[in-house]
Amino acid sequence: MYKFPTSFSSMSHAMTLQPVMIIQAFSFKNEKDQMFGCRTKVARNANMEKLRNGYLFPEISRLELEHIEKYPNAKLISLGIGDTTEPIPEIIASSMANYAHALSTADGYSGYGPEQGNKALREAIVKAFYKDLQIQDTEVFVSDGAQCDITRLQLLLGSKVTIAVQDPSFPAYIDSSVIIGQAGDEGGSGRYGSIEYMKCGPENNFFPDLATTSRTDVIFFCSPNNPTGHAATREQLELLVKFARDNGSIIIFDSAYSSYVQDDNCPRSIFEIPGSRQVAIEISSFSKFAGFTGVRLGWTVVPDELLYSNGFPVIHDFNRIVSTCFNGASNVAQAGGLACLSSQGFKAVNSLIDYYMENANVLGEALSSVGLQVYGGANAPYIWVHFPGSNSWDVCKHILEKTHIITVPGSGFGPSGEEFLRISAFGHRECILEATARLKTLFL
Amino acid sequence: MLPILLATPQEENTAYKTQVSRNANIAKLEAGYLFPEIARRRAEHSQKYPDAQVISPGTGNTTEPIPEVITSAMAKKAHALSTLEGYSGYGAEQGEKLLRASIASTFYDNLGIVEDDIFVSDGAKCDISRLQVVFGSNVTMAVQDPSYPAYVDLSVIMGQTGQYQKDVEKFRNIEYMRCTPENGLFPDLCAVSRTDIIFFCSPNNPTGSAATREQLTQLVQFAKENGSIIVYDLAYVMYMSDDNPRSIFEIPGAKEIAIETSSFSKYAGFTGVRLGWTVVPKQLLFSDGFPVAKDFNRIVCTCFNGASNISQAGGLACLSPTGLKAMREVIGYYKKNAEIIVETFESLGFKVYGGKNAPYVWVHFPGRSSWDVFSEILEKTHVVTMPGSGFGPGGEGFVRVSAFGHRKNVLEACERFKQLYNI
Repeated sequence: MYKFPTSFSSMSHAMTLQPVMIIQAFSFKNEKDQMFGCRTKVARNANMEKLRNGYLFPEISRLELEHIEKYPNAKLISLGIGDTTEPIPEIIASSMANYAHALSTADGYSGYGPEQGNKALREAIVKAFYKDLQIQDTEVFVSDGAQCDITRLQLLLGSKVTIAVQDPSFPAYIDSSVIIGQAGDEGGSGRYGSIEYMKCGPENNFFPDLATTSRTDVIFFCSPNNPTGHAATREQLELLVKFARDNGSIIIFDSAYSSYVQDDNCPRSIFEIPGSRQVAIEISSFSKFAGFTGVRLGWTVVPDELLYSNGFPVIHDFNRIVSTCFNGASNVAQAGGLACLSSQGFKAVNSLIDYYMENANVLGEALSSVGLQVYGGANAPYIWVHFPGSNSWDVCKHILEKTHIITVPGSGFGPSGEEFLRISAFGHRECILEATARLKTLFL
Repeated sequence: MLPILLATPQEENTAYKTQVSRNANIAKLEAGYLFPEIARRRAEHSQKYPDAQVISPGTGNTTEPIPEVITSAMAKKAHALSTLEGYSGYGAEQGEKLLRASIASTFYDNLGIVEDDIFVSDGAKCDISRLQVVFGSNVTMAVQDPSYPAYVDLSVIMGQTGQYQKDVEKFRNIEYMRCTPENGLFPDLCAVSRTDIIFFCSPNNPTGSAATREQLTQLVQFAKENGSIIVYDLAYVMYMSDDNPRSIFEIPGAKEIAIETSSFSKYAGFTGVRLGWTVVPKQLLFSDGFPVAKDFNRIVCTCFNGASNISQAGGLACLSPTGLKAMREVIGYYKKNAEIIVETFESLGFKVYGGKNAPYVWVHFPGRSSWDVFSEILEKTHVVTMPGSGFGPGGEGFVRVSAFGHRKNVLEACERFKQLYNI
């Protein structure tokens, strides 16, 4: 009988799944009752109606909670939502604690900070991630995370731009596009009419066939990729930048997992590619880099040279958005960020990344050993498993039912995610080992 | 708060341009957002007078340290994150359960607002932006005039407005509800056209005026009759001295027509820590019967990832009995500052508003341009204030003086005002 650390017990894990309480509160019965109450005369935003379901990850939480209710004694293992599990290194946590203490002193107190972020942190980000890449600290905007930045970028771009996304991709790109009004109608097809879906699968080495991709204003590109785990090569990114330059498009490059790259041939920043400064914005995050999923810290780089068609600098408008829609990342989180980028902090954080990558290795090997088609896991903390001919929600539910392991169905990331399952490598080692044992048993 | 350095102008015809059109909505915004603009002028002034002691009761930035009971809780949470038992990753996007419950019991006791009506955030400005995303570009809105600039600016960004009309200093398609001394700083609702959304801030930034129960009852009635939604900004309610409602939900019927947003910024000095909340009652429905809270929840899950867990730990400590007591002391300190500022300007013969229920003093300079008064005060006394017209055309002729500052600086600033305006 395996004993799990108390922080991992299924019930305490369920306790943190508060989104589900909200979902429960809006049962259909409740909605019907509400319909007879007093209504305002404010029309619902038609774009919101176009969203097919709830956002993917709260749906996974709901699945998890329902399962726990059904099997209260099961030892649930969550390889679903990419939530970091290992404690933040002490040097970083202490620095945040010290900063917090200082806020209660006359000398250490600070109120509003610059919306663009603390200057020392912006400089440290440049030094740590953009050395020799001609990025200035004034081009770095500190935020409370990539998901929030994606929405702010959408507010910047407005409803009249067209977007392309990898298919499959992190759902926030599509969902935010629908919400802002760029996406057109979906009409039950699973694809929004105005979005260009760039298929990424084993058949094209997880890189879009740009020759058959229509021009859009904006191209969302995540590498290393969530969910496929594929990291684009230098050659592939050169093609992407060329494509963007030829079409006058803007790449929004999501490098949230760049610190997981192991392969030297895979760039960690789009700005490693010549010519990218005039066609790319890069977003990134401390979430998966430093376990800051709850602390909330990230950044976006908008180069000075990125211009709209009328010559107006994009950075000027992004700065306006950041000043108007946002009030800066928490100063305590920023103090933590600075500590992450000190030489000791950086070292500590990288050893956590190694830990998760070893998890990915363990999972990948185990699943390959039982004959499954496994992708990813080499440059990202996600394993992408192919179940040809299957419905991904069915596979997800089957695995959950038989092994009490939560994963994420590939179709949640886009129509080309069908037949695939995403397994995340975040977890305590003993849980990862237990999970691999159960999965091997199931698939033998 | 230094200005962004733009790239040195390149030859227009050789610089590479993308083929992406600039968002026309952002192009409608004439100038930068008000507060960074003030910061820019302050910086320029400091450069011009490097030895001057610039005092800045300008941008509403809190100055007093956060009470220890609160910062200790945050430090404790930070330390806990480096332990196995204490580590937590993603939290619920709507906020930590305990904090939501605590907000409900502290501010909404007996008002029928419960934990799951409350969405914790990283502050009111961010919440307003998310609310605008919920509402979309096809709604119309009304604001008090003058008002906190984010309401108008966010409306423009969302595409709800027409172009800026320089002659009247207003954006087309926004209903500006004038608030002047003549109407007791409360809009004449008979003269206000129907809009879908009504932004209402009380106690008010910048005028400091607090709406009475009677006035709020009228406002709720107005919204009900028009089927509008009030977004009620309660960021300053803890500064209220008078016996006015402390939540829109004290008014019967409000739950079916109002959203309320608030913030720890001005209560707990959390301007840098970042924490606030929004209440969306279950009873609030769009015209098709769909609950607004459900769409707000969707936005919160998709466009946001929750307030920092450390800030939330601080918030919980704020709402403990010791925390509340400590917060009230700091608020009392700023209120005393406000009193001193009010007395100063009154003694100089100015008509002064606010300062009693809010940390803002609204000083009338009849017939004068508020930017001119702002510049004059800055140039001659090295004190940063806020020009009233930055908050809307109804602010012309007024200057906002905020009560945030170390007591000695407030006293010094008041001395300088006396020197400048004593005949």
